[in-house]
Order: sequence, then structure tokens, then C-alpha cells
Amino acid sequence: MTEYETVVGLEVHCELSTTTKLFCGCRNAFGDEPNTNICPVCLGLPGSLPVINRRAVELALRIGAALNCTARRSIFHRKNYFYPDMPKDYQISQYDEPINVDGWLELPDGSRVGIERAHMEEDTGKTTHVGGGGRIHEASYSLVDYNRAGVPLVEIVSRPDIRSAAQARAYVDELRSILVATGASDGRMEEGSLRVDANISVRPVVSAEFGTRCEVKNLNSLRSLERAVEYEVERQIALIESGGSVSQETRHWDEGDSSTHSMRSKEEANDYRYFPEPDLTPLVPDAALLAAAGEGVGAMPAERRHRLSSLLGAGSDLATRTDGSTDQVVTVVDLGLDELVHGAVAAGADPRLALARAANEAAANPDAARLLDPVAFAGLVKMESSGRLSATQSKEVLAELMANGGDPAQIAGRLGYEQMDTASLDAIVDGVIVANPLEWKRYREGDDKVAQFLLGQVMKSSKGRANGKLVAQAFASRREA
Amino acid sequence: MTATPAPELGSLAAIAACVRTGERSARAVLATSLERVRELEGDLHCFNEVTIEAAEADADAVDRIVRSGLDPGPLAGVPVALKDNLCTVGIPTTCSSKILAGWLPPYDATVVSRLRDAGAVAIGKTNLDEFAMGSSTENSAFGPTRNPWDLGRVPGGSSGGSAAAVASGIVPLALGSDTGGSIRQPAALCGIVGVKPTYGVVSRYGLIAFASSLDQIGPFATTVADAALALEVIAGHDPMDSTSLDRPAPSLLATLHDGVSGLRIGVVADFLSEESECGDAVVSAAEALAAAGAKVDEVRIPELLLGLPAYYVIAPAEASSNLSRYDGVRYGLRVDGPDAETMNARTRGEGFGPEVKRRIMMGTYALSAGYYDAYYGQAQKARTLVIRAFEAAYQDFDVLLTPTTPSVAFPFGSKVDDPIEMYMCDLCSIPSSLAGHPAASVPFALNPEGLPIGVQVLAPALGEAVMMRVAASLEASAPRSARGPVTP
Repeated sequence: MTEYETVVGLEVHCELSTTTKLFCGCRNAFGDEPNTNICPVCLGLPGSLPVINRRAVELALRIGAALNCTARRSIFHRKNYFYPDMPKDYQISQYDEPINVDGWLELPDGSRVGIERAHMEEDTGKTTHVGGGGRIHEASYSLVDYNRAGVPLVEIVSRPDIRSAAQARAYVDELRSILVATGASDGRMEEGSLRVDANISVRPVVSAEFGTRCEVKNLNSLRSLERAVEYEVERQIALIESGGSVSQETRHWDEGDSSTHSMRSKEEANDYRYFPEPDLTPLVPDAALLAAAGEGVGAMPAERRHRLSSLLGAGSDLATRTDGSTDQVVTVVDLGLDELVHGAVAAGADPRLALARAANEAAANPDAARLLDPVAFAGLVKMESSGRLSATQSKEVLAELMANGGDPAQIAGRLGYEQMDTASLDAIVDGVIVANPLEWKRYREGDDKVAQFLLGQVMKSSKGRANGKLVAQAFASRREA
Repeated sequence: MTATPAPELGSLAAIAACVRTGERSARAVLATSLERVRELEGDLHCFNEVTIEAAEADADAVDRIVRSGLDPGPLAGVPVALKDNLCTVGIPTTCSSKILAGWLPPYDATVVSRLRDAGAVAIGKTNLDEFAMGSSTENSAFGPTRNPWDLGRVPGGSSGGSAAAVASGIVPLALGSDTGGSIRQPAALCGIVGVKPTYGVVSRYGLIAFASSLDQIGPFATTVADAALALEVIAGHDPMDSTSLDRPAPSLLATLHDGVSGLRIGVVADFLSEESECGDAVVSAAEALAAAGAKVDEVRIPELLLGLPAYYVIAPAEASSNLSRYDGVRYGLRVDGPDAETMNARTRGEGFGPEVKRRIMMGTYALSAGYYDAYYGQAQKARTLVIRAFEAAYQDFDVLLTPTTPSVAFPFGSKVDDPIEMYMCDLCSIPSSLAGHPAASVPFALNPEGLPIGVQVLAPALGEAVMMRVAASLEASAPRSARGPVTP
């Protein structure tokens, strides 16, 4: 049987979180009363003219920079087609001279997806078809809300570098983090701030050519994206296997029956008659504009993952890590706890342990964790790694630290987590050896598996106060003696 | 031929001076204009709407300012007519099309505000070829405007209503829009001055678009000085128009009478055909300028002849997109249908006249996949050639002279069945439009039938001041009888 490879390219429309629209001063807001944020310009009234929103250009450049794109001189085109929710019956969009080109995005697993372009355009209004099942052709009437008309969008077009449904999902997830990190978008898919179209094709793994693609629309969540890719790949393979061929078309993802349906074929596609928008002048990303775009932008997730990972020393390439630290790094960066870890390490904490506590225990309450004093966090980690606190105790102290703040040493004292003195520990260890002669014998003969049992007995006797590391040392020194 | 000289209204400056000093009220000036409307409008049909009440309110406002001791501005009390493709708040703005029936703009065009701020009083909206597409005003959905020099002839177009209103002495000033000659051609056919400024000098905000990369607003007046004053008022940067140049209005009056001594003037030989009375007028104009001290030479710029075919691809292409918004959804005419698509098609089918439909179809075709490069792309290349040819010519010359039009005003119906013949009217005016350069038409002679002939003065971008100097010099050497106002 032929083995197939999935090939996906994604087009993501991102609404920019500007105060005003792209070409006029109307409010850019979601959820307001219909047709309240409108003016002659965004209604496309005769005689009105667009004027570019400089802030939108800055945010578009910001997105481009975060996606490692090259910013270039760009122009707007008109994309002509008739639709009632488009006030001018053309959309002002960038076509063959976009503002950002040739970038890439790095996924948490270290793989890279190429970005062909990230261009600017205006959003359309929103039509509600009343009656006839909500479709335009059967509707008894339609209502149009132009509040969204003219809202600034950046469309991010990936290269067809994505090879699985899971990777498609990871791409959008990562892209969303980046867009939120830049401050360019709120990243809310459920409010339509982020809208995804997927170009999906399959090909035999041995093939160098791409298969015929279908564009799938109406992907309203990461889950629908993943499922739609899976469905479409299966559908296309089945079609090819049964002797048929995939035809280039636009398909609609139906959440209800979990399948895609043909919307229009290539032949039915609009001829958009693009031509340069004469009402706008070219955008030149001069130094002032680029400086304004870059102002106050922090590092992007991929860079933050690399920085965090490099704390762990050798083998800091995330893609090749097999010790589980990749997941911890991704979690910590996702939750915005990486600065806490960096701070703790700077204050002398062990990087691995600080990362583990941040990724596991601190992650349970990220809002509180982000407010932790890195020096206090470092103090906790140091107490644990020096054996002053057991792992169990350390987690308890951390929980208290996040809940009420304070000094970790004092909290440990308050909780009665006094370090067990050597004499008491020795007494318990010796007691356990006496009480479990068979196990001790096996341990002495080199059976390390029984070490866990012995440790457990010590923990039991000490009511969890013993430090596991010191206990292990105590057994080891007695074996060698 | 029955036209006779009309009573002089006085220069804009003279009218404003009287009103500013309180010697004459704006209301009284307005009354004279409205009286003239009553006399002539039935014959001429200059207006789609005469806005008497709004005009009286504006005139009263000007008079109140005067009484309060303040200055209403350089056009105090000057009655003006506005081409009906300039948005006026609360006043129908139709583009002489059925498709805008019932639409009341919620805002004023920038030029309308600037005129009002300068004290001018708008008396109405003038007729035009539908959406400014045409050269005779015969394409108006509301019937043609007649030429006051000969009621059997067209006033030119598309700004025919504005030209006729000034040429008949109804108003001393009117605004038009010029995409390929729509100010200059009717100015020439009506014996008055018409100026198309450099692209970007006057804001297009509120001008209903025909072809956005070519449209410019400009004045009609009976004298060069009046046109210069009006241009100074309406020009200057407007943040609402991205293509508006970020510079103050040009200063024109200060140097208007500096003469032409030492100026290098090129007569474009490519537009001087044999046995053309319009070409002959250009030759006489050149002689007059030489006599006034200019250095005059012939120049050949054959690339300018590429302008007409390029224009008739680019302008319809842009128009096809600009006119998409008239879809029956939001405003204007709606002809109902069972679904949005049919409603849209029916509305446009009934709302647009034949010339507008022709241009939408030409433009749509020129932009279509597979034809774009051969038509729109090719036309843009031709446009670049025209611009380069002008650049080369302006190395040697300060201004260029051509006829404004190939012929004088023609009889109604003589070209309506032959679109190409009608398009040829714009042959001499189109190159400056493509280049975005300023151009002015000055009445210079009468033909044997007593019909006016205009001479066109072309200048490089932002060359308005030198262009108007040359225009003033031509005006001074032209017979007084060659220009309006006249009474039909």
C-alpha cells in the first residue's frame, strides 16, 4: 500500500488590537451594538477616502519582526468582488507587494515552518441571514453589521511546510502566543480575532511534487483545525486510492457532522481583478516607523525557550532533548514563568530544580507564581537541593509561599520542617536496617531495587521529615563500611 | 448665433470687497444670481438643484459676520455653483445618475467647506455627464445642459453645468472636476477659464470618484485672476485625502501679472493639425506671447498621442471598481429581487446609463485575469512614457501650449452614437491628467461662427504659478469678445 504524506499550509487572519479602524477613526471593538462604530469612510460612502492608521502599520511590522520576516516597501491593492457585507464592494488588501515577507516560525519541538508573507488588509462587515437555515440563498432577509468593516487585519500565510494535523495545531497555537506576546492581537479565536483557513493536500511519500490542494474554511478552534486536517487527509487518500483524483476547490468544515463539504470549485472562483489602490500611497518602513514598531516588544516564545533551555547547559538544543526538560521549558515559557526561573538562577538556585518546581508546582497557580519574588523562590530551591528540605516539604513551602508570600526558611520553620539532625537520622536509619535484615542483605549484595523500599521505611519512621538525598547517602556509606 | 455679452458681475475680489465693507450685502449679491437663474435656467439647464434656502441661510451668515465686524473671508458673498459630484451635507448629490436617487450625503466635501469658510455662498448643484463620464453633458440622467453661446450646441463635459453657469453669468465662480479634461474642455467650449491643478493640490475628499488616480477638482471663472483666487482658497493639504500633497496652497495672485518675458514656451506641434481653427488659435497665441517677450519654439512630443488610448483603459478600470459600491444595499436606488445578487444586478441595470455601463464593462475587462497585462499593465507603461516625455520637454520649456480641444462646441447628438469620436474630444487634455500635471484653458478667439476657442497652457507638477502667469498674458492679448459671460 502507498504511504502518504500530509502537506498543509495555513492562512491565519489576525485582527489587530488597535483602538481605531484601519482607514478611519471609528472604534475597533467587538460586541458593540450593530452599526454603531461606522462613518462615511468605513461605510464606503461616495466621495469618502481611506487614510492609513499608522498604529496598524506598526503592529503589522511588529508581527513581521516576531515571525523573522523582512519588512519592505509595500502597496495596497483593491480586491474586487460583490458582497453585501463589503461596503465598497472591494477589499483594500495587499497583494504582490506585501509589508512582510520570507520569515519563519519555530515550534516548541524545534521544527520550523516557513512564513511566505504577513500582509495587511481590512476586515469586512458581518452578515446574518435570517430564515432558510442561515444560508444566503434561502434566507428571507439578511442583516448586515458594518462595525467590523475596516477593522485592521494581518494575514499570515505559511509555506506548505506542515506535515501533520498535530503540527498544524501546534503552529496556530505558537502563532497565537506570538501574536499575544507582540501585543498586536488578543488571540481570541472564539471572537474571530484569529481565523484560520487550511490548504491541505496529500502525496505519496516518494513524490517530489505536491498533490492537488483543497482550501478548508470555517475552522473556529484549534480542535476543529486538527480534526478538519485529519478528515481531509483521510478523504483525499481514500479518493486517490479508489482511483479518483482530488479537485482543487474550497471546502467548508462542518462541526456538526465532522466533515468538509465543497463550497466552490476552482472554475467558480472569483476573478478579483486586483489593481493598485489609487487612494493610498506606498508604505515605506523607514527608521522611525520600525523604531515605533519595535518599542516595548519583549522576546518571542521561541527565543525565550532557547534562553531558558541554555540555563541547563550542554545539549541546549530543544529538539534533541530527551530528558523531559523540553516539556518543562515549554510550560514555563507558555505560562510566563521564565523570568522567575532566570531570576532564581541568578540568585544562585540550581537551574534544573528551579525549572522543575516552576513547571510543576508553580504552574498549578501561574497567576500567583508570576508574582513570586525570584530571590525567595531561589531560597526555597537552595534549601531543597542542599537537603535542608525534602521534596515533599519543599512543595508544601512553595505552596505557602505562593499563597501568602514570606520567607521560605521561616515558612519551613513554621511548618515544623526543621532539618533532622544527623544523630536522629542515623538512629532511624540504623533502626530500619535492624528491622529489615533480609532487605538490607540484598541491598548490601548490590540489589539497588530494594533501596526504594528502605528509603520508604525511613520516610515512614521520620514522618516525611527525612531528606531523601541524605538518607540515600547514609545507606550508601553503611554498605561500603 | 444669438449670444450677446452679459452684464458684468465684477471680479471675485470686487464682489468680496463690497460685501466685506458692507457696501453690498451677500444677500443682495445672491439675489442677482438667483434672478439670473430664473431668467436662464429654463433654456440652459445648468442645475440639478438650486438650493435657494441653503444659499439664503449662507448669505445671511456672511452678512452677520460682516455686521459683527469680522471678516467672512476672501470670497465673501461670492455665489458659486458646485458640480453635482461634490458632496454637500443634507443636499442631494446625484452625479446626474439615477442610481444615487434619494441619497443625502452626511458630510461636505473638503472644497465645499473651504469655500464656505472663505465666505462663498453655494447656490446649487450643477449638471454633469453621469459620474463625470462624457464630453458633452448629454450623458446626464436628467437631460443635457445647453451652451449659452448657442443653445443648439453642447457646453462640453463632463462639468457642462458648471461651465454654462459661469459662461451665462449666473455665477462668477463654479467648481468642476477634471479626470481627462472635464474642466478644461467645457471651459474652452463655453469661452471661460478652467483650471485643473496638479494632482494632490486640491483635496478629493467628498468628490465622488470616477478615476481616483486622475480626478482633480478645479475652478471655472471668467478671468484668470478669478480662477487663481479660487484655487488659492480651495488648495492645500487635507489629512482626509492620502494623496493630498503635504504643502500649503500655492501663491498665484502675487506673481500673476509678472509677464512672460524670458519664459521658454513650447508649442506642441503634434496637436496642430492642418486646417484646424483650434490649432490656428494656438499659433496666434504663441505669436502674442512671443510679442510679450517669451521665447517661443515648436516642440514634438509624439508620446503624448499615447495618452488617449492609455487613458481609456486606466480610467474605466478604476471606474469599474469605484462604481461597484452602488449595489442597492446601503443607499440610493434599490430595485428588489429574490436574492442579493439579483437585487444588485437589477439595481445597477436600471440605475446606470449606457456610457457608465460601457466604461464599467471596458474597465472590468481590462482588469480581468489573463487580460490585465495586455490592457491595464500596458496602459500603465504608456502612462509612464507620457510622464517621461513631459519630463524631457520641460528640460527645455517652462510651459507648453496646445489647443484645449480639437474643435469648437458641437451640435447636440452629433457624437452620441460614436463613442470613439466623443472620446477624441479629450485628445489634448488627457496627457496632463495622466502625468498629474496642472493645465489651464484660456478663451483666446472666436471662430467665424462666433463660437469660442480655448488655448491650453500646460506646466510641470506644481507649476501653477508660471502657468497662470502665461494664462494671464494670453488673456490680455485675447479679444474681450472671446470670453463670457454671455446671454443666450
